[in-house]
Amino acid sequence: MSVFSKDTKLITTPGYAAQKVADIQAKSSAQLTLARLLRDPASVISAIVIVLIALFAICAPLIAQWTGHGPAEQFRETGLSAAGIPVGPNGEFLLGTDQLGRDVLVRLAYGARVSLVVGVIASLIASAIGVIIGATAGFFGGWVDTLLSRIIDLVMSVPFLLVAIALVAVLGPSLGLSIVVIVFFSWAGLARVIRGQVLAIREREYIEAARSLGESRLSMMFRDVLPNLVVPIIVYTTLGIPAAVVFEATLSFLGLGIVPPTPSWGNMLADAANGSMYMVAPWMVLVPGLALLALTLAFNLLGDGLRDALDPTSSKGNKA
Amino acid sequence: MAILDVRNLVVDIPTEDGAVHAVQDVSFTVNEGEFFGIVGESGSGKSVLVQSVMGLIPQSKRTGQVLFQGEDLLTLSPEALRQKRGAKISMIFQDPLSSLHPQYTVGWQIVEQIRAHERVSKEAAKARAIELLEKVRIPDAAARFDAYPHQFSGGMRQRVMIAMSLSLNPALIIADEPTTALDSTVQAQILDLLAEMRQDFGATVLMISHDLGILSRVADRVMVMYGGRKLESGASDSVLGNPAHPYTAGLLRSSSFNRAPGTPLIPIAGRPPSLLSPPSGCVFRDRCPNAMDICSEAPPLQRYDDGTESLCWLTVPPVEPPAPELPPAEIIASSDDTIVEVEHLTLTFPQRRGDDRTVLDDISLSVRRGETLGLVGESGCGKTTLARAIAGLIPPTRGVIRFDGEDTAGLTGAEWRQMRRKVQVVFQDPFGSLNPKRRVGSIIGDPFRIHRVASGEARLARVQELMEIVGLNPEHYNRFPSQFSGGQRQRIGIARAIALNPELVILDEPVSALDVSIQAQVLNLLDELQRELGLTYLFISHDLAVVRHVCDRIAVMDGGRIIELGRAETVYGAPQQAFTKKLLSAAAPEIPRVERERQLVSASGGAL
Repeated sequence: MSVFSKDTKLITTPGYAAQKVADIQAKSSAQLTLARLLRDPASVISAIVIVLIALFAICAPLIAQWTGHGPAEQFRETGLSAAGIPVGPNGEFLLGTDQLGRDVLVRLAYGARVSLVVGVIASLIASAIGVIIGATAGFFGGWVDTLLSRIIDLVMSVPFLLVAIALVAVLGPSLGLSIVVIVFFSWAGLARVIRGQVLAIREREYIEAARSLGESRLSMMFRDVLPNLVVPIIVYTTLGIPAAVVFEATLSFLGLGIVPPTPSWGNMLADAANGSMYMVAPWMVLVPGLALLALTLAFNLLGDGLRDALDPTSSKGNKA
Repeated sequence: MAILDVRNLVVDIPTEDGAVHAVQDVSFTVNEGEFFGIVGESGSGKSVLVQSVMGLIPQSKRTGQVLFQGEDLLTLSPEALRQKRGAKISMIFQDPLSSLHPQYTVGWQIVEQIRAHERVSKEAAKARAIELLEKVRIPDAAARFDAYPHQFSGGMRQRVMIAMSLSLNPALIIADEPTTALDSTVQAQILDLLAEMRQDFGATVLMISHDLGILSRVADRVMVMYGGRKLESGASDSVLGNPAHPYTAGLLRSSSFNRAPGTPLIPIAGRPPSLLSPPSGCVFRDRCPNAMDICSEAPPLQRYDDGTESLCWLTVPPVEPPAPELPPAEIIASSDDTIVEVEHLTLTFPQRRGDDRTVLDDISLSVRRGETLGLVGESGCGKTTLARAIAGLIPPTRGVIRFDGEDTAGLTGAEWRQMRRKVQVVFQDPFGSLNPKRRVGSIIGDPFRIHRVASGEARLARVQELMEIVGLNPEHYNRFPSQFSGGQRQRIGIARAIALNPELVILDEPVSALDVSIQAQVLNLLDELQRELGLTYLFISHDLAVVRHVCDRIAVMDGGRIIELGRAETVYGAPQQAFTKKLLSAAAPEIPRVERERQLVSASGGAL
């Protein structure tokens, strides 16, 4: 029965609270969160995977130097067979080559940079916009809320690919444009969540307490409302990164994102699909595909783990 | 004949911070057909005790024996236990709204309960359900059979829950705080109903409550729990009328219904122990006015000739500690010095459907400087709305609110901000009225920051001074509200309210969320502050006993109107209105003292 398991997980008896007071010097809330996170194997493995991929991306120039292969450099003699078919993983090309004889390992490393940069930057900007719009709509209410909510609805109902294709057709593909397109299509979800949360928090008694003290609305928003939204913001931003990574890969796959020869995981997959290269060189699809899968899966699992660790009351009840 | 025989029950619940020793070595018996009460403050382990007995806390570790009709419930399989629940043992919970499924009709839920345990036809089950609903006096039961829970009031829902718990003729009914969420008049009806059903059905009732007044009224025998242990048990009138254990005596001294108005409550100092690492020896030692050196060793269970058992070293009746001394009042209230005048105040809320709802209906009221005016009424009578209107949080629809002779309707925004310094509010919910993400120092410092009174070091110094005044450790300014107990949080709320030296403090049910012993501490603090700082209080409560204890004058509200207003003793002693009389008769009576010498029969256990 969930009614009880929740209570038992969190028995806040005065005595228990007193115990927490006694422990206070030892454990801050960040430390508690970290401790909970470390207890969840999925989160730990995800974090390790993310750190490894990030290191891999940062070390891309070192890998290029070590192998002696540039990211866009073509090795027609050693990297392609006599028939012009890419060579598989071997001593010289650890993960094989692509259809132009380029080193897949080096391209993967440089592609990771694109994926992470786009993922993190786009997700951060989208979160910032989402928080501002959502909080404004929720806190001020009235016509402001109506207007902003309709804008959110509008953005959420615009077909993503059609607009992306149209925009790229007019402006030409680039890294910057990819980020703009991804941000434009990802802030609305968080904005809607934040608006709902703000509406709920606005009715709490401590907001009324602040009003009774004569607090101004802006200061109430920053001191009383936003700090209580830290958990959803962190979780949604973390979960926004893999979504943005996949967005970017989709755009690049369609030739709308990163312009070749700059490598990105999306256009590496596109190369593999082009002329069914993956039939003769399966590593061309497996390597970037698995990397993409690992990165998005890791971020998603870490996001879930973070949510449980930051807010153990929300979902642990059914697990216990 | 014992229907429930609990022997040496120990319940540990593993949590993130280690095992919570919720119940430690508790033994008691419930006899067939009796009304057994378990009383304790929050965290005493009383709810965990019965829930773990019923197998409702799956992760708990239990040792000992729980014999129900001779069968050990702790060793039964989950399936066998499930069959016992409902059919042999039924439970009534505190919140009747969340214990009923909102998507099914009330009748369906009773029929479902019957048919889950017995093979009967739908028609027979329905007939029985209607009969039960009639038994618990739901008017027009056949028609209400098809109603949904939200169409019932709180009291009616609790009646439905009782009907449901009776549906299978259980041998034992466990009621966990069944009336805590209800208004006092409804509370009295439900208690009467429970007692009556026990007569009619011959069931045994085990009721858990934090409220001594309620239990003294209905229970045959009571058990007092504290810190996971049974401290005292025995016949209700001798335990509550002549307590053998200092804790029970302390609880009675801090209950406002049990003390003459005007005499200060004597709170139990300190806070309950942590169940994570309960102290060795007596659990109550740190707060006990009768503590001796020997109390650091585990006390024996002493049995007296009248059946009372007490887990204590004390062999003589506990002594009463001296009452706290109060300073003389700064201001004496007089009728010609009013601080707030409300004239013909009406407040209506527009509703999406239908007519506007009138919450406050032509209210006129004046609060005299230096007095405590009590505002009593049941939930929904508009008392909180009136307070919010006086605090300027809701604009009135019609009428005038004058503060210090000045009409508040004409104030500009800046003037209102100045006015806020004079009127402060202490909210009901000590958990909800403090922002959980901010440190206590900055919460208490808010008034100084908003009104630009002090900043930096100076503000911190003022904050620490305030914390000292309300009895908090000033070094704790850096902590978050979640690190304080309920009573301490209410002190934080009070500190915030008195920061700017207000003239009027509106107390919205300031103690109703707190345990009895903590209630007394907070009430005494409020009294002290009023005398020292010359404050005027507007005290809102549904609890007549508390209001009578602290207030000079009482205003009784019903349906958005003030129906009676007068001196506390007049309203209490000679009520004019029928509603006031009803409220008074529902309030807990003083527990009669039974002065009787008891003889120690035996003592077992303990460290000797």
